[in-house]
Amino acid sequence: MPTAFADVTASDSTLRRFLHGLPGVDAVGLEARAASLGTRSIKTTAKAYAIDLAISMIDLTTLEGADTPGKVRALGAKAVNPDPTDRGTPRTAAVCVYPDMVATAKAAVGDSGVKVASVATAFPAGRAAIDVKLGDVREAVAAGADEIDMVIDRGAFLAGDYMTVFEQIRAVKEACGTARLKVIFETGELSTYDNIRRASWIGMIAGADFIKTSTGKVGVNATPANTLLMLEAVRDFRAQTGVQIGVKPAGGIRSTKDAVKFLVLVNETAGPDWLDSHWFRFGASSLLNDLLMQRQKLATGRYSGPDYVTVD
Amino acid sequence: MSDRLTVLKTYKLYVGGKFPRSESGRVYEVNDSKGRWLANAPLASRKDARDAVVAARKAFGGWSGATAYNRGQVLYRVAEMLEGRKDQFVREVRDAEGISKSEAAAQVDAAIDRWVWYAGWTDKIAQVMGGANPVAGPFFNLSTPEPTGVVTVVAPQESSFLGLVSVLAPVIATGNTAVVIASERFPLPALSLGEVLATSDVPGGVVNILTGKTAEIAAPLAAHQDVNAIDLTGADAGLARELEVAAADNLKRVLRPQAVDFSADPGTHRLTAFLETKTVWHPTGSLGASGSAY
Amino acid sequence: MTSPFEYAPAPESRSVVDIAPSYGLFIDGEFTEAADGKVFKTVSPATEEVLSEVAQAGEADVDRAVRAARKAFETWSALPGAERAKYLFRIARIIQERSRELAVLETLDNGKPIKETRDADLPLVAAHFFYYAGWADKLDHAGYGKNPAPLGVAGQVIPWNFPLLMLAWKIAPALATGNTVVLKPAETTPLSALFFADICRQAGLPNGVVNILPGYGDAGAALTAHPDVDKVAFTGSTAVGKAIARQVAGTDKKVTLELGGKGANIVFDDAPIDQAVEGIVTGIFFNQGQVCCAGSRLLVQESIQEELLDSLKRRLSTLRLGDPLDKNTDIGAINSAEQLARITALADTGEAEGAERWSAPCELPENGYWFAPTLFTNVTQAHTIARDEIFGPVLSVLSFRTPDEAVAKANNTQYGLSAGIWTEKGSRILAVANKLRAGVVWANTFNKFDPTSPFGGYKESGFGREGGRHGLEAYLDV
Repeated sequence: MPTAFADVTASDSTLRRFLHGLPGVDAVGLEARAASLGTRSIKTTAKAYAIDLAISMIDLTTLEGADTPGKVRALGAKAVNPDPTDRGTPRTAAVCVYPDMVATAKAAVGDSGVKVASVATAFPAGRAAIDVKLGDVREAVAAGADEIDMVIDRGAFLAGDYMTVFEQIRAVKEACGTARLKVIFETGELSTYDNIRRASWIGMIAGADFIKTSTGKVGVNATPANTLLMLEAVRDFRAQTGVQIGVKPAGGIRSTKDAVKFLVLVNETAGPDWLDSHWFRFGASSLLNDLLMQRQKLATGRYSGPDYVTVD
Repeated sequence: MSDRLTVLKTYKLYVGGKFPRSESGRVYEVNDSKGRWLANAPLASRKDARDAVVAARKAFGGWSGATAYNRGQVLYRVAEMLEGRKDQFVREVRDAEGISKSEAAAQVDAAIDRWVWYAGWTDKIAQVMGGANPVAGPFFNLSTPEPTGVVTVVAPQESSFLGLVSVLAPVIATGNTAVVIASERFPLPALSLGEVLATSDVPGGVVNILTGKTAEIAAPLAAHQDVNAIDLTGADAGLARELEVAAADNLKRVLRPQAVDFSADPGTHRLTAFLETKTVWHPTGSLGASGSAY
Repeated sequence: MTSPFEYAPAPESRSVVDIAPSYGLFIDGEFTEAADGKVFKTVSPATEEVLSEVAQAGEADVDRAVRAARKAFETWSALPGAERAKYLFRIARIIQERSRELAVLETLDNGKPIKETRDADLPLVAAHFFYYAGWADKLDHAGYGKNPAPLGVAGQVIPWNFPLLMLAWKIAPALATGNTVVLKPAETTPLSALFFADICRQAGLPNGVVNILPGYGDAGAALTAHPDVDKVAFTGSTAVGKAIARQVAGTDKKVTLELGGKGANIVFDDAPIDQAVEGIVTGIFFNQGQVCCAGSRLLVQESIQEELLDSLKRRLSTLRLGDPLDKNTDIGAINSAEQLARITALADTGEAEGAERWSAPCELPENGYWFAPTLFTNVTQAHTIARDEIFGPVLSVLSFRTPDEAVAKANNTQYGLSAGIWTEKGSRILAVANKLRAGVVWANTFNKFDPTSPFGGYKESGFGREGGRHGLEAYLDV
């Protein structure tokens, strides 16, 4: 934690005062800005760059009750080799699975460089005792997870108990060891943009390596507006502390067009320093195939079809 | 000798809630319709006009900022006070305009009723002239009429009291402040009205009354950069044109002279002539980021 | 900062618009040459390429057009409102159909980014005709009494900053209320008005109801002075507005004037900062600042000045200046060499008077008329650039300490068109909005327009309102 924030986290009341002193967010203005950036027209060389960048930023995800080792192995293979017809296709950044699938995933990606991320802390609801949550994390890390995607305690947040949220993130970060920590706010449940901004700052101060919008399990997940807001937060945090933090929108990003819009948000809000899989990720599954089809279209000049990408 | 020598009134200007003599130190003779001397009236100068604008501007913030209800009460109070001094005004109007006592009484009655009419308008005009606009976007949008500011009123030359009230009351009803140039030949009812206003809770400076040569007083007021509007009702065609040209220097709102029947229903156009429409936008749609807002 | 994510050129196709090598005046339903045969060239301000040669109206042409409009007035004003409405609905629909073409045309002739003509100008143009179309048969309910009468022939003179939108603001309410129109577009942007003449033809509008006279100031003056014009509507500079006000003195002509401004954009310490920054950018760099209601004075609370300026400069550095037809262009060309010279001179004055100049780092194209987004700090109310309307992408930054001081400074101008307020405190918004002497106040937003929303100024920003129910009054004998 940057020392500048020692005073902020000294007590419940100092933390609350800090969070409530952050500039407000005007919803209409924020959404208008996101929509306006969404009208950028990304063509030809820029599009090719964006597609490859987007592929390389994907946390290819499966988080189902029905996940099996076979499913996870297929996912790993796809992450390592997204397009069998073009070996020049970038690998995805990671695969993202439940803790009990980490070992399987790890084996599937091998030494390809694709990371294994694991959700933890009683994902997606986060409704469990802290010891259970920490146990969840330790298990995933022990199984070889490179990255941990935790959920915050939204109940505590909405009850105004910011310190609990903060301390749990701190504890999880400690449990992560060298694994990078992504902190999921479940923005759809925080409901207001002011809350998303506050949650972002709690997460950043507590030591998150990434701040992440959503679990993908609720009605509203990543949107251009909430991602823009979080990009503003990491931009401001770096300006204040020198510490760079990543952003991960997750859930609902399915098309190349959408992904490119998010990259425009990154480029023009946080800036080019974030145009790297180390600092920006997409939590997605079906997005990858659309990116691959668009990639094929750019390479061949003709539209591709779903039978020309792999279904896993 | 039972005839008592009457005490004559010294008529004075009404500026900033006070009754100064003209800065020029000059007066002019006011006669009745048969040429008999009635009184001397102050011959206001450019400097009196200047002082009146200063007073009107000073009063504008308070008067325009008063609640519409309060302005309505004050205007109604004017009617009440006039009712009590009706005989004086009937006499002054009769003497000035050379009409019968009953004709003069009808005019004064109508003038009092006009104050009542406009008293009732103060807290309705915003509802009639303003309102929400259904813009195509997530915005609350509201238009509200606001007073233009300091208004110069060239009062009608013929209708010394009903005409005067008919042009003055709508100007101040909405929160403007006024510099009135009274009828040149019949200035006395206007000066007496000043005395009534001073005792009717009308804050000083809201109405300022000047008498003298209309053209001489109006010229500096039409050109004055701190006057926002001018009602030319009492100017003849030639003067009205000159004043309108001068008024263009700071783009005053101009109400041109037109044939008016002061006994008719006044409508709202004298109220709206000195109103500005302000439209305020504000975003809506802050219910939440979880879907209800979009 | 250079980015590896370089946006490739994304030009809107020019081929959607077919510009003829020459255009005539549009009088009584026909394109004709000027009586004296004069023509002028209209150029693309982004490239200085000549787009077309256009007939230049003179006094004789004005007279001919006014006579045509007078003749058409008899039948047009006698039409049932519902029929007039249907003509306007037709026009609105055709504008929607042809909006891509018109957007490209407007961008070529004006120099503003296609993003703006496509997303702002054209949608607002169509919406304006839709809105007033609906009024044509409902005038009895507009609050102006039973059966309010039109005025007659409207002489309308519009500026170059929003050529087609200003045309819509003028023509839609005029026709809805039963007036006929002679309109003079600005000399640097005549083309979209001439295309509108073609839309009138497609809509089957009776001859003479709309007449378009491209030309210079002399034609405008002849039009507003014409004795058979009943209504003068002008949008443009305050100086010309005053000249018109003098010219019509003593006549029966009804006048509305939309003139200059020096809008204050007030940012309080509790503002939603990121949105305020966007609002400041929109306020002064929308349409290259060539907007009468631009927020050209930034009044920022001293306690957050530094932080806000840092954010603002960072944001300005991301603005993309260049080819207006490129869909990613944020800042297009200045409309004319003359306007560029004026902006340049005023910016130089700002520097000479001691204000500190900062311009966004961007490369200006070689041809055409360009000015980098610029802001001045250390500006006080005494500086020329804080008082004179620049009508360009130049922001003057001033500070204040208290709400009272903010209001006093905001109002300390001969203008009174627009203002902005940024604060999360609702009561402060209402209190400040109440005290501002400006016709449109944007709170936590800026430069929003809508056909239902009345627009117009206090003080030397002109008089009368355009838009909304209020906008009808300007064209009715009430």
